[in-house]
Amino acid sequence: MTGANTFSVSGYGPERSSLSRLLARDSLARRLDWPILLSALALSFMGAILVYSATRSRTEINQGDQYYFLIRHLMNTGIGFCLMIGTVWLGHRTLRTAVPILYGLSVFLILVVLTPLGATVNGAHAWIVLGGGFSLQPSEFVKITIILGMAMLLAARVDAGDKLYPDHRTVLQALGLAAVPMMIVMLMPDLGSVMVMVIIVLGVLLASGASNRWIFGLLGTGGLGAVLIWQLGVLDEYQINRFAAFANPELDPSGVGYNTNQARIAIGSGGLTGTGLFHGSQTTGQFVPEQQTDFVFTVAGEELGFVGAGLIILLLGVVLWRACRIARETTELYGTIVAAGIIAWFAFQSFENIGMTLGIMPVAGLPLPFVSYGGSSMFAVWVAVGLLQSIRVQRPMSA
Amino acid sequence: MTNIPETGRTPRVQIRLVVIQILVLSLLGTLGGRLWYLQIREGDAYAKEASGNHVQQVVQPAVRGSILDARGVPIADNETRLVVSASRTELLKMADDGEAVLTKLAGVLGMKPKDVQDKVRLCDAKTPQPCWNGSPYQPIPITDEATARQALQIRERSEDFPGITAEPEAVRRYAGPGGSNTAQVLGYLSPVTDEEITKAQDTDSPYLRSDQVGRSGLEREYDKELRGKAGVTRYEVDNLGRVIGTAEADPAQSGSNLVTSIDARVQRVAEYELNDAMKEARKGFDDNTNENYKADAGAVVVMEAKTGRVVAMASNPTYDPNAWVGGISAKDYAKLTGKNSNYPLLNRAIQGQAAPGSIFKVISTSAAVNAGYPFDGNYDCSSSYSIGGQVFKNYESKGYGPISLGRAIEVSCDTVFYRLAHDQWAKDGGLKPNKNAKNWFYTTAHDFGLGAVTGIDLPNEVSGRVPDRKWKQDYWKANKASWCKYGKKGGTYAQQIAYENCLEGNLMRAGDSVNYSIGQGDILVTPIQMATIYSAISNGGTLYDPTVGKAVVSADGKSVQTIKPKSHGKLPISKATLKDIDGALEGVVTRGSAAWRFGGWPQDKIPMHAKTGTAEVYGKQTTSWFATYTKDYTIVMTISQGGTGSGASGPAVRKIYEALYGVSPDGKIDSRKALLPTPQKTLPKIESDGSIDAPKIKPYVPPKATDETLVVAGGQLPPATVASEGTRTNRSARRARGGRRRGRGRSTRGMRRTTTT
Repeated sequence: MTGANTFSVSGYGPERSSLSRLLARDSLARRLDWPILLSALALSFMGAILVYSATRSRTEINQGDQYYFLIRHLMNTGIGFCLMIGTVWLGHRTLRTAVPILYGLSVFLILVVLTPLGATVNGAHAWIVLGGGFSLQPSEFVKITIILGMAMLLAARVDAGDKLYPDHRTVLQALGLAAVPMMIVMLMPDLGSVMVMVIIVLGVLLASGASNRWIFGLLGTGGLGAVLIWQLGVLDEYQINRFAAFANPELDPSGVGYNTNQARIAIGSGGLTGTGLFHGSQTTGQFVPEQQTDFVFTVAGEELGFVGAGLIILLLGVVLWRACRIARETTELYGTIVAAGIIAWFAFQSFENIGMTLGIMPVAGLPLPFVSYGGSSMFAVWVAVGLLQSIRVQRPMSA
Repeated sequence: MTNIPETGRTPRVQIRLVVIQILVLSLLGTLGGRLWYLQIREGDAYAKEASGNHVQQVVQPAVRGSILDARGVPIADNETRLVVSASRTELLKMADDGEAVLTKLAGVLGMKPKDVQDKVRLCDAKTPQPCWNGSPYQPIPITDEATARQALQIRERSEDFPGITAEPEAVRRYAGPGGSNTAQVLGYLSPVTDEEITKAQDTDSPYLRSDQVGRSGLEREYDKELRGKAGVTRYEVDNLGRVIGTAEADPAQSGSNLVTSIDARVQRVAEYELNDAMKEARKGFDDNTNENYKADAGAVVVMEAKTGRVVAMASNPTYDPNAWVGGISAKDYAKLTGKNSNYPLLNRAIQGQAAPGSIFKVISTSAAVNAGYPFDGNYDCSSSYSIGGQVFKNYESKGYGPISLGRAIEVSCDTVFYRLAHDQWAKDGGLKPNKNAKNWFYTTAHDFGLGAVTGIDLPNEVSGRVPDRKWKQDYWKANKASWCKYGKKGGTYAQQIAYENCLEGNLMRAGDSVNYSIGQGDILVTPIQMATIYSAISNGGTLYDPTVGKAVVSADGKSVQTIKPKSHGKLPISKATLKDIDGALEGVVTRGSAAWRFGGWPQDKIPMHAKTGTAEVYGKQTTSWFATYTKDYTIVMTISQGGTGSGASGPAVRKIYEALYGVSPDGKIDSRKALLPTPQKTLPKIESDGSIDAPKIKPYVPPKATDETLVVAGGQLPPATVASEGTRTNRSARRARGGRRRGRGRSTRGMRRTTTT
């Protein structure tokens, strides 16, 4: 199977100029999935503008520089883009061998968060402050390593041709691999990330062809776990309040329900075409908290209206639709599982993030892929794009 | 290149991938649908909510315009006071509802903590004053007399006094220049109520929560002009209330100033003399009731005869209008409205009504002339007149023989009018009126403007009444049931009357008609109506709507809106008759019933005209009326339960004229002492910066001369017959009136007693 890869073998075939090589039918550039790439770039640049709009007048956080967040968002996008290229360059199969190391590293980092080096932001003890205004949210990287780790375990026997589906033991091992970082993240507590991981695990298991029993078992366990968490009072008050505010949108609009209420007002007031960039009163007036990160979608809703906010959903749709194609078209199970994990991740996180601003999901501190400000998240999603590209580029060529 | 997988993918995975794809895309579809719902379907509602979110109004209240007298002297203006206010909304946020803060505040202000707490509680049915009856969202003033030191203490330790503010504020001040009071004419302000705010919300002059609204008098009548327009700046604010931009700014427009025709000096004289006359009247003994006169209320109107403008208007009892400023105290409120207060808030010049007595005779005379009786004819002024065995006696049973109508006015002969009225009543068909009954005495009264408001620019003027046939019928209908229930044949006096009224109270009886012709019985007039009528006699027949407001001048003095005199009709008499009546009224002063009061008056220089009136009121002492005019001024004074017209009101009215024209008690005219020998024509000048060049006012020094010296100085003793009217010699009048009262028993019967001023 590896022999079908023409990418990493230089000098294979006749010599061509670099330009014609780039444009050739079988070139890397031609085989990249451009809709995903362009959509991701468009989302990132829209994000840059929205983040700028949300932060240009927030003097208490932008260090007096209205471009502070804009520049950083663009820098993050740049770094993320490079990480994507690096990922494509290395290829997901090369990375397969490094998965144990990456996994170990990410688990180590989330453990560091639990030490005094970790910092608390918005009730979640999920950050490592690096100094100089930089901080790291390792749970973002864990999402990738869980996908890669589980895919490695689950696909090993199948891709080797031994089995049609992963057996119970493998599934159990894979679940164990995912459970360890999830427990740690739960301790932070960063419930939002845990929820994403649960969905990733579900997506991965689905794509791996694991027995239906596992799928339903997992769903059942998830439901039971949710009830247990609620009953045992593990949740902090702020987390309970988020659910309460979700259940009753009219609840305490100046307190518990403030975020969701203001977010809905911002989006609702946008109408069809919005108030115009930088002219949203909700945004300029900073009525929506965390607007450059978790609530960035409200900026689009208010200032760009249904047209702009709908475009974000559409672009996310393009990314997910192309990712689904990639998942379906690759023949090796490893690539399929990785792609499915990424789809589950992006889809759930986007749905949760936008859904909470629209009042159809409870509030959880999750960034909107590509759009929200935040380095760790940006790097992680671009690496994920790199993985998708790599799966597409490296998929076995017919003939 | 093809997309067909090289190796066979298990169908389970393929199906699951499709499921994932469908799931993912339907999630996105859900988001899109919800987005459409929020933005397109419900977008307008959210847009509204968003605009309410970020716009804050800051209101700068407009400075209320001043009320000026005719020469520019402020009688109502504003002064800056340090007002300490408490915000209820802030206080209620505290655990103890702000009790600790208010207690601390009481300490600083030197007040009792209880008093401070009472001031911030809201008024309701169960809460007695003091309480706050304005909007609960408006800062509630605790005191407007804070010292600079107290204000500083509060402001410097603002963290100790959350919700408490100490700000200089413009507060209404009723300056009372020269000792004048003008209370009922000015009216007062009180905080706007929630209902008023809601009601005026969508009009072009909406109220602010902090607004004070004129509740009576000029403050109410000219509220819109005086109030000005509050400045509203709409700021766009962020979530913390920080200003991020100005949406709109309307600067405050100060209220316009109201220039009145009131002259503060004359006003003071009028008030002082009215009060003094009432005090004097109380010294007099009333033989009918065997006690001193009560003189419980009175009013005087000084009017420009040629324009209807009011130069002075006083009502007694009165009050201090400043009691309302900064919220009225419980004690003051009870004093102003309680049962024992005798209602000082009433402006008796326009709201007090009483039978006019003989000052009505100018109307009866006009009616008689219109009915065809020549003015200079001979009419028998017998000592009494009887109708069907019922005897109506002349005043003091004195007969003058055949006299003209003019002489009948001069000596106030009742029987002349009895006879004429009886004659007319019979002509009209008596108890069964003809179809084309002329009802001269009644139609003429209506034509003189009685039974209707004069249209003065003050709120709640009352109309009085003309007891014509229609009124009798209506009144009977309204009261028949109670009369018939109470009435009893052969019962007590009151029961007998009720019985008679029940049977035939709707009929105009001869007695009613003759009684009415001399201004007695059911007729009611107000002082302002009589002033309007006597002004019309003075000015050649034009009935002017009385006005207090003379001009509305903008705060910068640039826009002047003059309030022009308006007429509501002409007297229904010919020029000749007018001249005849004018002559007769002058005769009243020179040789008639008021002559003893105008001894020594420079009649050749300032021709004085007057008519006295003494109205009887069932169950009360007589009402004193005195209606007078010169070529420029009309003065009408009335004192309830005060005795006779010339006796109780005469000297006071003369002193007001003396002050106006600078006449000393001995009749010399000193133009330097004259307050207003001719009406003020020009308007005071208001500079563009709002300042007014107003003359200084010296307090009124009443002439030292008492009645005795006046009489001696005048060199003329009051005529013996009329002198008996005098308060000092009331004893002799007792018998005469007593007799008349009995003689008129039938006609004054009835429970329909006239209310007095």
